[in-house]
Amino acid sequence: MREITVQEITDTVARLCMEANTILPEDVLASLRAAREAEPSPVGREVLDQILENADIARQEQMPLCQDTGLTVVFLEVGQDVHIVGGSLVEAINEGVRRGYTEGYLRKSVVDYPFSRRINTRDNTPAVIHTDIVPGDRLKITVVPKGGGSENMSFLGMLTPALGRQGVIDFVVNAVDEAGANPCPPIIVGVGVGGTIDQTTLLAKKALLRKVGEPHPDAEVAALEAEILERVNRLGIGPQGFGGRTTALAVHVETYPCHIASLPVVVNIQCHSARHKEAVL
Amino acid sequence: MSKKITTPLTDDVVEQLHAGDKVTITGTIYVGRDAAHKRLVAALDAGEVLPFDPRGQIIYYMGPAPAKPGQPIGSAGPTTSYRMDPYAPRLMEAGLKGMIGKGNRSLPVRQAMQKYKAVYFGAIGGAGALIARCVKAAEVIAYEDLGAEALRRLEVEDFPVIVINDIYGGDAYEEGKARYRQAEGP
Repeated sequence: MREITVQEITDTVARLCMEANTILPEDVLASLRAAREAEPSPVGREVLDQILENADIARQEQMPLCQDTGLTVVFLEVGQDVHIVGGSLVEAINEGVRRGYTEGYLRKSVVDYPFSRRINTRDNTPAVIHTDIVPGDRLKITVVPKGGGSENMSFLGMLTPALGRQGVIDFVVNAVDEAGANPCPPIIVGVGVGGTIDQTTLLAKKALLRKVGEPHPDAEVAALEAEILERVNRLGIGPQGFGGRTTALAVHVETYPCHIASLPVVVNIQCHSARHKEAVL
Repeated sequence: MSKKITTPLTDDVVEQLHAGDKVTITGTIYVGRDAAHKRLVAALDAGEVLPFDPRGQIIYYMGPAPAKPGQPIGSAGPTTSYRMDPYAPRLMEAGLKGMIGKGNRSLPVRQAMQKYKAVYFGAIGGAGALIARCVKAAEVIAYEDLGAEALRRLEVEDFPVIVINDIYGGDAYEEGKARYRQAEGP
């Protein structure tokens, strides 16, 4: 049994909120630079140059990469031999979000009473927290500030099993086509296939955390990802939707077994500002 | 290669803008997004005077990050525009000449742009730190309780945008996509 204090958790979450929003991960930058070299559209190349310049400014001036600093999604991997002491884990995380978003000059983008009064909570809480219990005595915290523009371009399909692999491909390609310029392309396409719909949705979101362009370890899934990416980049949407061949930087698919009657598919899109930051306590 | 324009916009200026044109904007612009639009249109419907005169003006769909001490504004990139589609035609009817955002507009909005001679500009989504450099001054002019969604007035200098929809029915997204779309392989 290893003890971790809620204070450590709060401090870590606050730091991760600020770093995630100002420093674009190296794998995302590398992918954007490669896209810049390959993009045939002049305006598309200009957009990619400005996105890269924006990342430089944000890092140097500790300024948010995007004014939409997101709803804060927090993934926890809690080792089963960890004992959290000193208070509530959920409150510790929300206190970290509160501090990070206030001290980091990050935008507060959360409203309560969503279908009626839509009152801003003023500190970006509550976070959306997903917890997995895993072997070991460590606590891994991943902070994902998720922007509203890309999140709004989410799609859910309860396909019939008869539609199969081709049905999944067509569903995802149509989703990206429909999203068009809205989710700030070049995007990362997170896809969940299988499970029940709660699980499918979580798979799609978790797919966004994978290193950009790293193929799925299962060759069959990796081949599906490659085929969808190829088709998506034939759509012509391009950087910011101004036309071009870089509509997506990557397609990441995660799967789970499902009911004999079902073939659920969820598409969750991440914008080019694919922000996330991890720490292990 | 960019056309330089200054606000407020006149019909003469708007008539010379075409989908795909690169433009830089200098002068006063107004900032409002979802909640502010709801209030602006409610005020128009109630016959009240708006917090600013929309005639000839540009509204930028944006909700900035908080300014650090000594800076006029935090990150300041565009938000997705279609959410303002239910309100935009009403504001164009009241004299609005320009909108800045990102993403596709509905058919009624594009038709209203032709009818009232207004243009829709696209700024680069996710380049908020870069765009903030064009903002020389910012102040909240109404709806302060909305926080990031309050109505603001900005002074901008050489704000780079692209004309997405012009008054002739041109659409830079459609044209760009058509240029680079590839047929399905064998």
